[in-house]
Amino acid sequence: MNKEILIAGFGGQGILFSGKFLAYEGLIDGKEVSWLPSYGPEMRGGTANCSIIISDNAIGSPIVSNPDILIAMNLPSLDKYENETKKGGQIFIDSSLIDRTVDRTDVETYYIPATKIASDEGLTGLANMIMIGHMIAKSGIVPEENIEKAMHKVVPPTKQNMFDLNMKAVKLGFEYKA
Amino acid sequence: MSEKVLMKGNEALAEAAIMAGCKHYFGYPITPQTEVAAYMAKKMPKTEGGVFLQAESEIAAINMVIGVASTGKRVMTSSSSPGISLKSEGISYLAGCDLPALIINVQRGGPGLGGIQPSQSDYFQATKGGGHGDFHLLVLAPNSVQEMVDMVFKGFDLAEKYRMPAMILSDGTMGQMMEPVSLEKGVVNEYDKSWALTGTKGERKPNIVNSLYIAPEELEKLNFERYERYKKIEAEEALYEEYLMDDAEICIVAYGVASRVAKNAIDQARAEGIKVGMIRPITLWPFPKKVLSEAADKVNKFISVELSMGQMIEDIELAIRCKKEVLLCNRTGGMITTTEDVLNKIYEANGGKN
Amino acid sequence: MVVFEKPNALTENTLHYCPGCTHGIIHRLVAEALDELGVTGRTIGVASVGCSVFTYNYFNCDMVQAAHGRAPAVATGVKRSDANNIVFTYQGDGDLAAIGTAETVHSAARGENITVIFVNNAIYGMTGGQMAPTTLPGQKTQTSPYGRDVQTVGYPVKVCEMLSQVDGATYLERVAVNNVANVKKAKAAIKKAFQNQIEGKGFSLVEVLSTCPTNWGLAPEKALEWLEENMLPYYPLGVYKDKYAEEK
Repeated sequence: MNKEILIAGFGGQGILFSGKFLAYEGLIDGKEVSWLPSYGPEMRGGTANCSIIISDNAIGSPIVSNPDILIAMNLPSLDKYENETKKGGQIFIDSSLIDRTVDRTDVETYYIPATKIASDEGLTGLANMIMIGHMIAKSGIVPEENIEKAMHKVVPPTKQNMFDLNMKAVKLGFEYKA
Repeated sequence: MSEKVLMKGNEALAEAAIMAGCKHYFGYPITPQTEVAAYMAKKMPKTEGGVFLQAESEIAAINMVIGVASTGKRVMTSSSSPGISLKSEGISYLAGCDLPALIINVQRGGPGLGGIQPSQSDYFQATKGGGHGDFHLLVLAPNSVQEMVDMVFKGFDLAEKYRMPAMILSDGTMGQMMEPVSLEKGVVNEYDKSWALTGTKGERKPNIVNSLYIAPEELEKLNFERYERYKKIEAEEALYEEYLMDDAEICIVAYGVASRVAKNAIDQARAEGIKVGMIRPITLWPFPKKVLSEAADKVNKFISVELSMGQMIEDIELAIRCKKEVLLCNRTGGMITTTEDVLNKIYEANGGKN
Repeated sequence: MVVFEKPNALTENTLHYCPGCTHGIIHRLVAEALDELGVTGRTIGVASVGCSVFTYNYFNCDMVQAAHGRAPAVATGVKRSDANNIVFTYQGDGDLAAIGTAETVHSAARGENITVIFVNNAIYGMTGGQMAPTTLPGQKTQTSPYGRDVQTVGYPVKVCEMLSQVDGATYLERVAVNNVANVKKAKAAIKKAFQNQIEGKGFSLVEVLSTCPTNWGLAPEKALEWLEENMLPYYPLGVYKDKYAEEK
């Protein structure tokens, strides 16, 4: 197994955090993993993206340019990476923020109104985790039972409230039905 | 083995330095090495005897490094390309004073202010001196976060063993990426430090740490001595990794992040039946000349994969005495070579696809 | 009865300074202070670039030679390595007030617990008499052959006055070594600057007005007169800051 994932959106959407959570999922599952952020001025509101690779074997390049899985959290990211996604791959779209559909027919597509769900459920700012939850459900690249363990790795023990909210978001995403 | 944690390359460098007994860090903010300083700022005050100081300039930082190094203690600074240029004066003094120290360069695109995206275009600067005068730096080029940790221990050790500055040549990708890492304490050897400035206590003659020699005969003699040491290092300390070289007809040479991209391309080319392998220099100085020279008798062509305008390629050509053609596969300015780029170069070296 | 003795903190090496240069006096004062305070054995000196570059041959303590202007940064490292070290820099005007201004100001701002001996002779001596940051208006040097023209090259830097505005600085005094009375005052200031460090009081700098007969083109006694007539009015002697005295 070698899965390359690209999460892309605006700075401030928690792109890097959700990527780190996913990488820990892989690590706990005994896989080789890598996590690579775009960096620089993006931090302050521009586009941000994060490459994650989860693999059975030693990872070569940590840069994902043709993802197996794309999570697009804004329109520019979908415009930029839709055609880069591998044939037979999966594209996950935050349909609250992106008002177009995917043109390609050779990929699986999933539309989740993650930002709206987050806002309805008192989880503002956690659309990223809803997206990740849904991606885990649909891709099966990491086992569901590791979610809590991985969350403990990325949320410090002093922030139990944040832990609960993040877990809720992932669960909502995981169980979301279109 | 300790439990693996996910860490950024930059953070791993800092943590490894503390584990290796480095209690003094001096730096100045610059992207993309910021995490090294931030980590040190957080951890050093909590480390017994630990000192973190943000200097007023890159130049001041390297000179503070000189101050601590002259007292015989482990000390580190980190920066990125333009900052390393500013530190070059101090690096030359470290070499001239025979002082050990560890310098991190998380490279970004240049020249000038350049950009902030990853690059390997400080290869010449790192391996050919980078400051005035006859000298070398030990240059270590890890290609994983785990190797960052290992190379910090190695860098300090070699620096103390040979009394010279060592540099870890990283880049924005290696610094920013997270990978699982096992934080194992490496080897910390004890070396003679009777030269260190610890105060005479009235019991010995003063120690002098100095790089000024007005008599040219004296300076020449010292430079000759230093180069004898360099010769020994070149013979004994070159590190490299071979990948699928046993039957290789094409040899890729790449270091750092470029070697990881190259590995992907090699795997794909192998799947298509092309016999390609890689020699990855782990030390860029000393450059692994011997293994390359031996490879030149076996392979048909070399490819230098680098994120610079053909800098390392010169060392490859020298190492193999131009016995075989060396192709260049490169991107620069913050752009990163893709697997496809390397694959196409492999096809070129192979005379087409199989 | 001992009439004259070399301080223990000076080596047996013969000073290379020109006849009439006051570096020798200042070296002796520093050495006497170290001896009297009993700290020579734990002192680490930082030599700078300029005429005083060879101080590592003259002080009988561990020494490190710093790049031009960088002595306070090197001293910062030495001091931070072990707070028990008594650390001093010995710098000229070009080194401290031109190429090393940032290191000077920021080591003062940090309140580094070090002692800076700043020798101001209004000229670059080692390189043969060029205009210094402290060269007086109208003063002729190799690179201001028609006299320092403040309209084109600006004004001299008054280091003690400048640093007196820096909160981190503890003790700043300007002295001269042009006569016996002033030499005595200089000695007291230098000793105090080391005493401050021993007591952990922070950054102390003593500016010593000095002569350069060779590059000023004057006989030694004429150089002393020139200092009195030209430098003293521009660079008034005195204490510019004494944090602990102020608090009394």
